[in-house]
Amino acid sequence: MSDTIILEVARFNPESDAEPSYESFEVPLRPDWMVLDGLNHIKDQLDGSLAFRWSCRMGICGSCGMMVNGVPTLTCETLLMNYAPGPVRVGPLDHFPVVRDLVVDLDDFLAKLQKVRPWVVRKDDFKPAREFIQSPAQLESFHQFSLCINCTLCYAACPVYGLDPNFIGPAAIALAHRYNLDSRDQGIEDRLDIVSRHEGIWDCTVVGECSTVCPKHVDPSLAIQQYKLTATKEWFKSFLLPRGKH
Amino acid sequence: MAQYTQFQPKAYRPRMSAYWYLDQWHYLRYALRESSSFFVAYFCVLTLVQLAALGAGAGRYAHFEALMRCPLMIIINAVALAFFLLHSITWFNLVPRVAMRQMLGRPTPDMVSSAPNYMVWFGATVILALFFLGVL
Repeated sequence: MSDTIILEVARFNPESDAEPSYESFEVPLRPDWMVLDGLNHIKDQLDGSLAFRWSCRMGICGSCGMMVNGVPTLTCETLLMNYAPGPVRVGPLDHFPVVRDLVVDLDDFLAKLQKVRPWVVRKDDFKPAREFIQSPAQLESFHQFSLCINCTLCYAACPVYGLDPNFIGPAAIALAHRYNLDSRDQGIEDRLDIVSRHEGIWDCTVVGECSTVCPKHVDPSLAIQQYKLTATKEWFKSFLLPRGKH
Repeated sequence: MAQYTQFQPKAYRPRMSAYWYLDQWHYLRYALRESSSFFVAYFCVLTLVQLAALGAGAGRYAHFEALMRCPLMIIINAVALAFFLLHSITWFNLVPRVAMRQMLGRPTPDMVSSAPNYMVWFGATVILALFFLGVL
């Protein structure tokens, strides 16, 4: 097997290019190198102008998400060896505006995330004298959804978001669901107003790829389908008891 | 095309290809699942036509049967049946993602959630088959 591999990396200079193109680089193929190590080799040794995001190198920060051979991937936890003999095509995450090379603009996602209020909302002035006790079952109900690292791979995998940029998207809905399931939270109605709109849960057509590509196994697709059930129940309640408190 | 935005000098805004579902096998599988709805609708219409022919007398029903026996209709119905099976199986397999999983309040094996659908489907198929074969 060759001891090098070709990385075809997307390049886009906003000052001179109308659209991205791909440039090939030959990088060492080492058994312990991730795709991110290949990119760092390019930046350090071959072309210092290459722009890409990364930080923790251990699948926690969610910064280094890119399209690797057309699949949204965290490049810090994907072995280069998996793609031998190559070439490996590395591009910016799909469906987001490209700022430069492999860097995308996440403003749209961050705005949507804020909109669903992903924090514990209290309607009363409850000031606990000690920590809020949760049973293991209560914790288990939302735990997997709390593992989201906002890497936005699910957005890049979601054709619905690509076709309809108004779609709130998998991660934001999964995090909204996470707080709805939290026994300390009282913000379910506020979130339902936002998430149960057409561009929320009802835009999802169960492609399921968001869950497949999630590096943390959060399963946003499950969260969306469960949210649909919750929204339907709430709608029936409001239909049957229009003046009741739900 | 690269465009100026408020906070960035320029950004390239990619547009999805009209043939995006051909890029990856799982997208094509999804597109096939969604398009299978047309064939489900086709079978519904065909059943209504069959019932109308049944109600219109023996002559009309014989004409309907003759139409269904022509090679073109057999091919169309075979393709429609394949899509109908794809539609049913893929949607039945999605049931555990919503209903039983949450209703029981604890994780249940996927097959436990899907099984009732398959059982009702199989039972209804057997009853209809016996009816059309004249056993019932």
